[in-house]
Amino acid sequence: MTVGPSAYWYLTRSSGVVALVLLTVSLAIGVLDVARVGGRRWPRFVIDGVHRTASLLAVVFLVVHIATAVLDTFAPISLLDVFVPFTGTYRPVWLGLGALASDLLIAVALTSIARGRLGHRAWRATHWLAYACWPVAVVHGLGTGSDVTQVWLEAITAVCVLVVLAAVGARVAVGWPDHRRVRVTAIGLVAAFAAGLGLWLPGGPLGAHWARRSGTPASLLAPSTTATRSPAPVAGLTVEAGRTVEAGRAA
Amino acid sequence: MNLPRLLAGLDRPGPLTLDAHVAVHGEMPADVSRSWRTGRTLVEEIRESGLKGRGGGGFPTARKLASVLAARGRPVVVVNGCEGEPASGKDRLLVERAPHLVIDGAVACARELEADRIVFAIDSDAPATRWALQAAIGERPDAGRRGLVTEIVEMPTGYLSGQETAIANFVNRGQAVPTVVPPMVFERGIARRPTFVGNAETVGQIGLIVRHGAGWFRGLGTDGQPGSALVTVGGGVFDPGVFEIEYGAVLGSLIDAAGGAIEPVRAVLFGGYGGAWVDGSQALELEISDRSLREVGATLGPGVIVALPQTACPVAETARVAAWLESQAAGQCGPCVSGLASIVGTLGELADGRAATDAGARLVELAGLVTGRGACAHPDGAARFVTSAVRVFATEFADHAAYGRCPACSSTPILPVPARRLARAA
Amino acid sequence: MEIRVNPISCKAHGLCAEMLPERISLDEWGYPIIDGRPVPRELESLARRAAAVCPTLALVLGADRRA
Repeated sequence: MTVGPSAYWYLTRSSGVVALVLLTVSLAIGVLDVARVGGRRWPRFVIDGVHRTASLLAVVFLVVHIATAVLDTFAPISLLDVFVPFTGTYRPVWLGLGALASDLLIAVALTSIARGRLGHRAWRATHWLAYACWPVAVVHGLGTGSDVTQVWLEAITAVCVLVVLAAVGARVAVGWPDHRRVRVTAIGLVAAFAAGLGLWLPGGPLGAHWARRSGTPASLLAPSTTATRSPAPVAGLTVEAGRTVEAGRAA
Repeated sequence: MNLPRLLAGLDRPGPLTLDAHVAVHGEMPADVSRSWRTGRTLVEEIRESGLKGRGGGGFPTARKLASVLAARGRPVVVVNGCEGEPASGKDRLLVERAPHLVIDGAVACARELEADRIVFAIDSDAPATRWALQAAIGERPDAGRRGLVTEIVEMPTGYLSGQETAIANFVNRGQAVPTVVPPMVFERGIARRPTFVGNAETVGQIGLIVRHGAGWFRGLGTDGQPGSALVTVGGGVFDPGVFEIEYGAVLGSLIDAAGGAIEPVRAVLFGGYGGAWVDGSQALELEISDRSLREVGATLGPGVIVALPQTACPVAETARVAAWLESQAAGQCGPCVSGLASIVGTLGELADGRAATDAGARLVELAGLVTGRGACAHPDGAARFVTSAVRVFATEFADHAAYGRCPACSSTPILPVPARRLARAA
Repeated sequence: MEIRVNPISCKAHGLCAEMLPERISLDEWGYPIIDGRPVPRELESLARRAAAVCPTLALVLGADRRA
């Protein structure tokens, strides 16, 4: 039995979600580490170890996510599109965000591996990119992913956003009211991001004709115009307009 | 051969002009890389002389010069005329009144090290010093000419501004706070070049050595500590000021030279606010040399001697100076910030009679906790100052712990503390 | 092997003392006190991990100066 494009498509979606979850865990721990969370049962070097492991695993799943996306022949995603944002033909903006997030995550990972040689200041400057990487990854997942209409994906994304909101909130609360302006900005940004998602989703990925509006190549789109919430696609089929279209063949 | 040496010709007010300077000390030899008497290089001559740093560290000057020579890069010479120690006045006096002697020493070092840059570091709140230095540099053909750039850097006023790494840090990055060593400034200091930082008095002594040689220099002082030294005598004496002594002189005679003590001396502070107290009964008989002072737990430091009269309150004085020392910390190192704060708090409680019974032991414990745990020697000095106070003034501390403030607490302060509190650099 | 702390970089996170309690303890303010004894062979890898885990890279390992 051969592994067809359908398997790649499943792997891409699932590994992408897992990578996002791991990235969220890593980010939350990173934020809380600054707040010196820890104790006897959870020594800080253990928490730090979880942070590093989650980050490394996120990179591993990212690699799987990227490899399977490129290998899958259904959507035209090339290796160049992976690393150079916004140059692809498949949903260029939303895929481009994924490329951007990958670039950022790889930069953060590489500089962290070489932390001893870079020195603390240089490492810290690049590590801030992690704060940019996460929201970009979230929006990429919602904009590109074909599971965006699925409750499970929405639930996972919502939990990720809430976790980050809670972590940043806890961090801002510890030591308040020092550095008031920075803290208000930080919690404001995260809250604005969450609210922005809430405002964008209904008219965006959850709205009508998202596949077309997001830049899916015409050849992959079904001819009909009404889009509804559909069950998960199976075996390399795009889901559009309540009708299924088999890859490469019109129904 | 005899005194005065550095202070020669300064009986009249105002700085010595170049002509007056030459009249007093003679011309500087044209070729300073070889002393005309011995054929040695300047570094060898200084090593033979046994000159040690006069800024408080007491480091052998020849060894410092040799380290700069051995490092890679074209050296920079820094003359450290900063005097953040409130009870000290010798460096400002020397730079202001005998600038040419200091410049002589600086130029001699620059030639020996093949440096192309001399930096005179002075305090920013000393306009008279700057004026005198600028005028003196202007009078000379050898400083500021092509190949040797001379500049005056005004350090922001502060106790730590005279620290070697703080000077380099300020010139490099505008931050007048110490940096971590290694790297030492003689390896990588100003503009990442090997930097010789010499105290103004040390450099002045070099100006004399190039003229008269090591043998002449050793004509005064002791074998272990040759030469003359400037000391600032203050506190309960009739005629405080800067004096030039030879090492080994007895403190009693110096106090007499300073007009004598106004009241019986309870204790003498040696070495400034990073130094140590010695009980009055012992102090007056002491020889002024590091070897003899070390036996009673003190050092000369930057040549500061303060006599505390019996009518002063040593607990109040110690608490006040400790609070000032805490305010002068750069704020970069946790143990120093936290430790000095705890020390000041405990001293305050002790002075007011609110302290726990083991406050003295707590102070000694805190002093041990901060020593060696900062990037510079500031916490070490503060610890030494407080520990010696607890030991020497045990009776007064016990009285304060039991009964609180004494009548002498509100008498006129003896130990000078600048009125202005300076913001931390961090 | 010798352990030193850069007192300016150190922000009292305390992970070093968790990693190498045999040589590092924390003072009452959370800053590390380094036991001056040399680090024996069997503790060397822990010392390296302690230096790597410091969030501000303030723990520095060097060759024994007394060797």
